[in-house]
Amino acid sequence: MSLLEIDELTVEFPTRQGAFVAVDGASLSVEAGQIHGLVGESGAGKSTIGVAIMGLLEKPGHITGGTISLKGEHISGLNTAAMQALRGKQISMIFQDPLTSLNPLLTIGDQLTETIRAHLNLTQDEANQRAIELLELVRIPDPKTRITQYPHQFSGGMRQRIVIALALCSEPDVIIADEPTTALDVSVQAQVLALIKELAREKQVGVILITHDMGVIADTTDVMTVMYQGKVVENGLTSQVLGQPKHAYTQSLIAAVPRPNERMHRFPLVSYGGRTQDFQIDDLARNWNKTEIDANQPLFEVSKLTKRFLKKSALLPSSQEYSTAVDEVSFNIQQGEVFGIVGESGSGKSTIARMIAGLYGVDGGSILFDGKPVTGVKDLSDYRRQIQMIFQDPYSSLNPRMRIDAIIGEPAKHHKLLSGKALQKRVDELLEQVGLTAAAGKKYPHEFSGGQRQRISIARALATQPRFLICDEPTSALDVSIQAQILNILKDLQEHLNLTMLFISHDLPVIRQMCDRVGVMQGGIMVEQRETEALFTNPQHAYTQELLSFMPQLKGI
Amino acid sequence: MFNYILKRVAQSGLVLLVVGLVAFSMFRFVGDPIDNMLGQERTVEDVERLRTELGLDLPFIVQYGRFLGDAVQGNFGVSYRQGRPVSDIIIERAPATLELAVVSAFLAISIGIILGVFTAIRRDGWLASVIMTTSLIGVSLPTFLIGIVLIYIFSVDLGWLPSFGRGEVVQVGFWSTGFLTKSGWLALILPAITLGLYQMTLIMRLVRSEMLEVLRQDYVRFARARGLSERVVHFRHALKNTLVPVITVTGLQLGSIIAFAIITESVFQWPGLGLLFINAIQFVDIPVMAAYLMLISVMFVTINLVVDLLYVFIDPRLREGGL
Repeated sequence: MSLLEIDELTVEFPTRQGAFVAVDGASLSVEAGQIHGLVGESGAGKSTIGVAIMGLLEKPGHITGGTISLKGEHISGLNTAAMQALRGKQISMIFQDPLTSLNPLLTIGDQLTETIRAHLNLTQDEANQRAIELLELVRIPDPKTRITQYPHQFSGGMRQRIVIALALCSEPDVIIADEPTTALDVSVQAQVLALIKELAREKQVGVILITHDMGVIADTTDVMTVMYQGKVVENGLTSQVLGQPKHAYTQSLIAAVPRPNERMHRFPLVSYGGRTQDFQIDDLARNWNKTEIDANQPLFEVSKLTKRFLKKSALLPSSQEYSTAVDEVSFNIQQGEVFGIVGESGSGKSTIARMIAGLYGVDGGSILFDGKPVTGVKDLSDYRRQIQMIFQDPYSSLNPRMRIDAIIGEPAKHHKLLSGKALQKRVDELLEQVGLTAAAGKKYPHEFSGGQRQRISIARALATQPRFLICDEPTSALDVSIQAQILNILKDLQEHLNLTMLFISHDLPVIRQMCDRVGVMQGGIMVEQRETEALFTNPQHAYTQELLSFMPQLKGI
Repeated sequence: MFNYILKRVAQSGLVLLVVGLVAFSMFRFVGDPIDNMLGQERTVEDVERLRTELGLDLPFIVQYGRFLGDAVQGNFGVSYRQGRPVSDIIIERAPATLELAVVSAFLAISIGIILGVFTAIRRDGWLASVIMTTSLIGVSLPTFLIGIVLIYIFSVDLGWLPSFGRGEVVQVGFWSTGFLTKSGWLALILPAITLGLYQMTLIMRLVRSEMLEVLRQDYVRFARARGLSERVVHFRHALKNTLVPVITVTGLQLGSIIAFAIITESVFQWPGLGLLFINAIQFVDIPVMAAYLMLISVMFVTINLVVDLLYVFIDPRLREGGL
């Protein structure tokens, strides 16, 4: 008998167009002390399974078939009170974003003790003692002091460890971890995953690890289940499924994962389900106002770039405190080259992008574009036309109240390049070139998926025919399969249109595939700057070596 | 933290100085006070004498300085119409308005928050829908109409409650209170409901929408996933997080309850500041108007200062840095 057994589970969400089947006859089982990976794209139903186990399906969603049993007893269909007694006590859940999973207005001690006391019959003092032990268990330093602090006083990785401590309050048998490390940096991700592994082994907890990251699956899980559109397509030992995938979807999914150890010219697309849309680079290239590459003149010469942020405001300027986000960073970007910046969150990589885009003022140093200074210059409109930006989050970077054609046309209209019919023609062309139809222009952003939105962002960036693209984590919010499409589009643009790019990412395999040269940022300082292949095969700086060691190795694929 | 309070107090002082300037300007620009004080039969000597006596021949800035100095000490001069010191009149009238405001604010906040939480938690229940629909009436009907309707039903038709005045009052020091007699309480019910109804519906709708927003947050889902009871999730985790915007609006509304009690006070002939102000406007009693203006602005500024400090009290993120 397995610890947790899910048998032919079906979950439906009634909609006006009939029932939407989120999970379709899925079966899987988890043993004590085992980490079970659940992998698939967004919308595959993997999170819905986790929520269904907890009995927390959002209305009107409900279980229409199958059973969930814990230690041989059915728990699907239990009433609310019985389910509430089970939650937290026997089954716990860890959510994706540690920044939003903790109540900002209560101390972590309050949140721990209230959970402990909800399940165990302890006094406040005993609960407090146990809370301190739990914090020690998840390696929060100095737990006696930190227990009185509020969530915002902890870093992201520490908050996720507190979330894990909360999930462990009453020694649960099963923990469901829904994308527990997606919002974290690689080094922190490695620590959190190590902690989860250790807990599973030592406390004999069964863990369901829901993720879209193949690297996490490969490094952490014992057994894995692959889901596609609500159905389980394949399951088995992780090494077997990754090593010899049987199902066509699994095969193409694994092929689409950017390889950390070699550079490929293009990314294999996930072809399963027949939904690859073509990107029509030839049409675009024909009408493009290409600038020839001049190898002697770097497009960007950035020297000693510095940015400070006000940390503590005060009446007297002398007692104001600043933190230095970017500290005397210098680099050149050659024409037609993709320059990558890699680093953890807070290392200053996005700040550099924003200073180059002119969104932030510069506190020191200079930026030369095509030999001409762009800092301290009043009229930047010509410069701004030539640079465009693609942002990380395709959901918040498109105005939800504007139609797609207005969004894409806006840059060209703003720079008075086109208007009226010509503008509409350009917009329609761009939409078709990024694999959408001209009819899409009449819709609003919410009608598109994340990948489609990111294509719209790209179309918008191309509207002014720029020479330079800033891509700030363009694929970190996307699934592996969609990531491959977007990265291919960016590669094509760079090759066929002579575009120069600044590519920012925390994802090392993606950096390796995309960039010609890379700069490594740590705490506002660029610690190393080299050709990509040289950096990956022979890192010089200690920090680069450390970052590379945290990179998931995709063993056995 | 200390810096923050200091900054806010300095800003409040600046606001009061500006309002003081406006209040003072009324003396100079809304008619000549000498004309107002002396009747038709006056001599040039009388005018000159009074002008010197009142200091109206001094430069503007000196007069403004004197006005501020007096105002700080609570001296707003003599009412043109009643011939008594304005501060005396205000002290006499203020308890009526403040008692009415406190009771109606208490009603508005307590009932508003309870109903708001209820309608958010039972979003699809029939009772919640009834409350939401009824609340539209509170928002859309003008205050005077509600007052008149309430008087018609409860005073004229049923004869349960008095239709005007404060009932019997008891003098406690300078404060005349209606809280200590039965007729005082009875007289307070209708005006308090009339005055508080709009704020109540506003607070209710605000709490409801904030609460619905908060209930969607990850930390609420996570609190449920930890097996906490619905009561703890709703009142400990959700309600506290809805409070910051609610306090902002409530603070401003509390100010307007006091400042704009005028209509309710007129309808119920409530002997408070609003009625005093209306009468002052009718008779161009500038010292009273100026004093009222200053009083209201002090009240608004104080409430806003308290609101800002409450934010810090509720939200630990505001306690260090950032401010």
